[in-house]
Amino acid sequence: MKEKRDLKIQAIENGTVIDHIKAGQALNVLRILGISSAFRATISFVMNAPGAAGIKDVVKIEGKELSVEELNRIALISPKATINIIRDFEVVQKNKVVLPSYVEGVVRCINPNCISNSSEPIKSKFSVVQSEEDGVTLRCLYCEHVISENIAENLL
Amino acid sequence: MSFKNRNVISMKDFSRKEIDHVLDTAEKLEPVARGEERSRLLDGKIIALLFFEPSTRTRLSFESATQRLGGQVLNLGSVEASSVMKGENLADTIRVISKYADLIVLRHPLDGSARMAAEFAGVPIINGGDGSLHHPTQTFLDLYTIRRESHLEGLKIAMAGDLKYGRTVHSLCHALSLYGAEITLVSPPELRMPQEIIRDLQKNNIRIRENDSLEEIIDDVEVLYMTRVQRERFPDPEEYEKVKNRLKVTGDLLKNADSSLKILHPLPRVNEISPEVDSTPYACYFKQAFYGVPTRMALLALATGVIE
Repeated sequence: MKEKRDLKIQAIENGTVIDHIKAGQALNVLRILGISSAFRATISFVMNAPGAAGIKDVVKIEGKELSVEELNRIALISPKATINIIRDFEVVQKNKVVLPSYVEGVVRCINPNCISNSSEPIKSKFSVVQSEEDGVTLRCLYCEHVISENIAENLL
Repeated sequence: MSFKNRNVISMKDFSRKEIDHVLDTAEKLEPVARGEERSRLLDGKIIALLFFEPSTRTRLSFESATQRLGGQVLNLGSVEASSVMKGENLADTIRVISKYADLIVLRHPLDGSARMAAEFAGVPIINGGDGSLHHPTQTFLDLYTIRRESHLEGLKIAMAGDLKYGRTVHSLCHALSLYGAEITLVSPPELRMPQEIIRDLQKNNIRIRENDSLEEIIDDVEVLYMTRVQRERFPDPEEYEKVKNRLKVTGDLLKNADSSLKILHPLPRVNEISPEVDSTPYACYFKQAFYGVPTRMALLALATGVIE
């Protein structure tokens, strides 16, 4: 049974494996990382894969080690994701994502009257705060609007 | 404490000590604002006034402040006649005007525009109002008025009217929380102060109470800050009609007021203060409009560095 499950994604020789992504968020992870059709590395991913702690998504990026800064943005939508850096088929580094205190050009401000939603040559900027009562919240550094829900829906 | 090249974007960027310094400077400059003394502090300085939406009082008050200090004003003029109509973005406008002036006063309809302008300007930006967000020079002048006509420390103040959308009351609440105010919020239920602002104030241990009647609170406050219920905020005109006269300061209401009560209003007013109140010692709103001049003089002088 285990062998069959492993076949869903091949092991990679060198690169980055993002594991324990919240189920259904793999495509958003790619958006957060700015991975589009122009991206040259091989990407494979599984959505809704069964894992020990329930279903999850997994993304594997062949031949590319993404920076911790880039990867930490994933915490905005999947705070329990883990990052594995693979070299020669071995996991050489395993980290949990850490919520960044600031993100730029990742999320669209929900305030339609915010200057960051106009045609000005700027990127959206947010400070990021996590609290027990409100979870992850983003505060726009231009207009101060707060996004506390549906962050994934406002990804750029 | 140096204010040279400092931007004035939001009240939240200023500590109590810094606010006090601005108010002290305004007080020193008040005789100049009244035309009783001459000053050449801004001699040789050019202040650009970029008003992308009309605001006659704020613009004229900045013009008066600049000219009283011997400076000169560059005026954008009407937006229709500017490069904005050719499609130039604000960032480019700011970059260019920075080369012509020593300081820019910006008023713009988009939220956060002043913060963005500060990223592109090589000179200080004073926010003359950005969208529905900040109007810090209004708050500075409100604080100055309260200090001159009443007192700031531990003030018992009521704010009444449109507390939901009124940006002046939002930032005034924040600033007064630095002085340990007791704040009473009076509004129709439809126009209550947003909960996140109340939460922020409570975090600063500020005593807040909410009420929907001026009669119930008028005998227990030292300052009453009235605001206009803004017709343009109501998609349904009937809803506006229902609330527009709900809160009104009249001679009758003031029979129960303390003799030292001061009434402020950022103006323009519509129906919320009867003209009969204008001649009473309670009325402070026209003085308040004047106090905008020394306050703006202080901010211009500090940000350009001609006063430390």
